[in-house]
Parts: sequence; C-alpha cells; structure tokens
Amino acid sequence: MQITAQSFADTIVVSPMGRIDHRSAAELEATLLPLVGQAAERRGALVLDFSGVDYISSVGLRVLMIAARQMRGAQALLSVAALQSVVAEIFTISRFDKVLTVNATLEDALAQASDAALTAYRARP
Amino acid sequence: MKGVRFWGTRGSLPVALTAAGLTDKLRGVLRAARGQAIATDADIEQLLASLPFALAGTYGGHSSCVQIDAGGPDYLVCDMGSGLRPFGQAAMAQRAGQPQTFHIFMSHLHWDHIMGLPFFVPAFIPGNRVIVYGSHREIEEALRRQQEPPSFPVGFDTIFEGRIEFRHLEPGVPHQVAGLTVTTMLQRHTGDSYGYRFESQGKVLVYSTDSEHPLADPAHTERFVQFFRDADLVIFDAMYSLADAISVKADWGHSSNVVAVELCQLANVRHLCMTHHEPVFGDAAIEAMLAETRRLEEITRTAAPLRVSAAYDGLDIGL
Repeated sequence: MQITAQSFADTIVVSPMGRIDHRSAAELEATLLPLVGQAAERRGALVLDFSGVDYISSVGLRVLMIAARQMRGAQALLSVAALQSVVAEIFTISRFDKVLTVNATLEDALAQASDAALTAYRARP
Repeated sequence: MKGVRFWGTRGSLPVALTAAGLTDKLRGVLRAARGQAIATDADIEQLLASLPFALAGTYGGHSSCVQIDAGGPDYLVCDMGSGLRPFGQAAMAQRAGQPQTFHIFMSHLHWDHIMGLPFFVPAFIPGNRVIVYGSHREIEEALRRQQEPPSFPVGFDTIFEGRIEFRHLEPGVPHQVAGLTVTTMLQRHTGDSYGYRFESQGKVLVYSTDSEHPLADPAHTERFVQFFRDADLVIFDAMYSLADAISVKADWGHSSNVVAVELCQLANVRHLCMTHHEPVFGDAAIEAMLAETRRLEEITRTAAPLRVSAAYDGLDIGL
C-alpha cells in the first residue's frame, strides 16, 4: 500500500492507495497517527482521500476510529472523502458512515474543512 | 455429527414478541395478501412461504442454547440459556420414559447462559444424567448459586438430587465426548468465555459466542483463524455493528458481523451462522443485518463462497 500526504492551508490530505487489510493496516496506522497528532495540535483538519482505496477491513477501520477519536478530542475535523463503491458499502455495513464524516468528493471535504484549504487545493500547480 | 438446532439465539436477555409487534406483522401479512389467492390452505402456505422471514416469522427470544445432533442416543447442548427449557420439553416428548443422558457444554457462566437450568425438566427425572462440561473452574458454584435464596425458591440439590455431574475441559486439549472430539479455546469476555470446536467423521462445528476480538492483535486473529479452520459451520456472536463494537461497546465482550465474515473467510469456513442477537433489535433489524452481511461476504469474497445465516429459535442447520 502506498500512502502520500499533502498540506493545503490548515488541512492535511492523506491519500492511501490499494487495500487496507490486516497486513497493511499497521502501515496506515504508523503513517496516519503522527499526521493526526499534527493536525490535532494546530486544530486544523485532516482529510483521508480514499479515491485510491479499493478495500478496507475491520483492522483498517479501527485505525480510522482511533484517528477520529483523537481529532474529536482536539475539536478538530477528520473526514473521509471519495469512497469507491465497495468501500462505501463496507462503511455502511459496519456503520462507520454513522461515526465518521464522509464526503462524496475531496473538494467537498476541503470545502468543509476551510475556505483556505479549498482555495489552496484549487490553486495547486 | 448431523447438524444443530437452535433453541435460544438472543444475547444478554430473553425477549418476547409483543402484542403490538404481532399486530404489525399481521398488518404486513394482510397487505401482502391483497389480490393474492388465499382460498385454500395450499394458497395460504404458498403466500406465507413468499413472505420475508421478519414478517412471517420471528427470530425469537430465548437466550443461548444450541443442540448438536451427534447421531447417537445422547443429547448434546451448548449453553443453558432460557432456550434450555423448550429443549428439555422437546427431549421429554421425544423419548418419554427412557433414561436419557445430556452432555452440556458451557461457554461461560453469565446469567443469560445458565438461567435455563432451574427449568430443565429432564434433570428432575430419576434415571436421567446431566453432565456439564466446561473450562471454567467455577461452573458448579455458579449453577448452585443461582438457585440459592433469595434468588430462587428451590435449591439445587432439592430438585436435581445428584443427577448433575461436572467435567473440566482443559483448554486446547482434545476430549472425547459422546463420539465427538471436543476442544475449547479461551476467548475475550469479562470473566472469560470459551469457544468450542467439535469434530466428528470429517465434520467440524465451532461454537464461539460471547467473544470480543481485539483487532490490533494479529496473534489473536491467527489463533481464531486456526480454531475456525475449515469448519463446516461456525456459530458466532455478531451482536453489534463493528462501529459500536470498537467504540461505545468496546470491552463489552461481543463482536460484529464484519469480524465474523473476515475470520470465516480467512479460515475457509463453509457456513457462518450469526447468533446472540442484540435484545433491542427487532426482526426487521436482524433481517436487514443478515442481508448486509451476505452482501459484505459477496463484495469481499476472494475464495469459495461463505454461506451466511442468522440464527432463530427453531432453526435447524445440517452438517
């Protein structure tokens, strides 16, 4: 699994690619949680761009739950954007669509995070 | 081993269909009957067979009790929830007047898994034997305690008169009971619970209720995958949604339909049957969860299909 991270104004966008299963969830956790710490500390937002994720297991969902809890504790926003259809179904079946903020597109998620984040994203080269 | 019959499938607390709930079902059935032929009994049977189970049936309300048909003369049962009472009545009706032996396997000693014993009529009958198996050391103490004053009007010795015996099962060690090889494994649950793997003539049944799965522990997952490995049927506690099981209901000792499917897929299980249903769930909610779980299995399938069922009181599953 590949994971990239970019900042847009006050918002960090984390983009995992591939399957998040019992083999790769630890890698996601190791990469994501320090970024969550940064975003929470400055009360910015963190958006998980899931457009490249084609599967997520319970172990991966647990990582999202930990991240969401940390962000909520810091009164900062964590959202997940651009779910593929299979992943969207897994969110519904697991009820993660009820406990996480889910946006249809990355732009929607950035707009929810802040005007500055959306502006910076649209201005990217 | 021929199969199982569920006598109690509800978690934590027995529930009953209410008058309002029954009226709702009747309303739905009558709506479905509009314009249908219902003149004959055969028409009615055909109509009922076409209806969703949540409308024409009910998942039921007794707490955990599952009968195993081992193919021999003895009765085998997992847990003594309130479903033990109707099981006992059925056993009495089936072989009235003949001495009977009952082998009862205890997952753990919480109230909902032991409450049926004081109402288990076969144990009142001289000549019958009840052998209780488990990996907890306190089984006899727990069963005696629930019949002490002021909790129950009749004491343990008064009604059972020595007909109940106790056998300890060392976890991880295969034991021979009534033609089956029985192995227990420690599960995560307050006060501990134990899963059971029953093997006979190439058939494998796993009974794994009241078991929480810490997702961040690969060794735990591997232990369960090995315990479930190649089972023909896994009876699994899928009481909560995954989101609830790892957040507001973390450490409550139960699991989810999502983890059920994942473990069974990893272990190459043929049939998953979800049980220990949340008592606040109505029939429609359980049926919806079943449909979602089947869909999850379908969209995440990487090998042979896993059959998925939701247990109800009275369900028979062949092995």
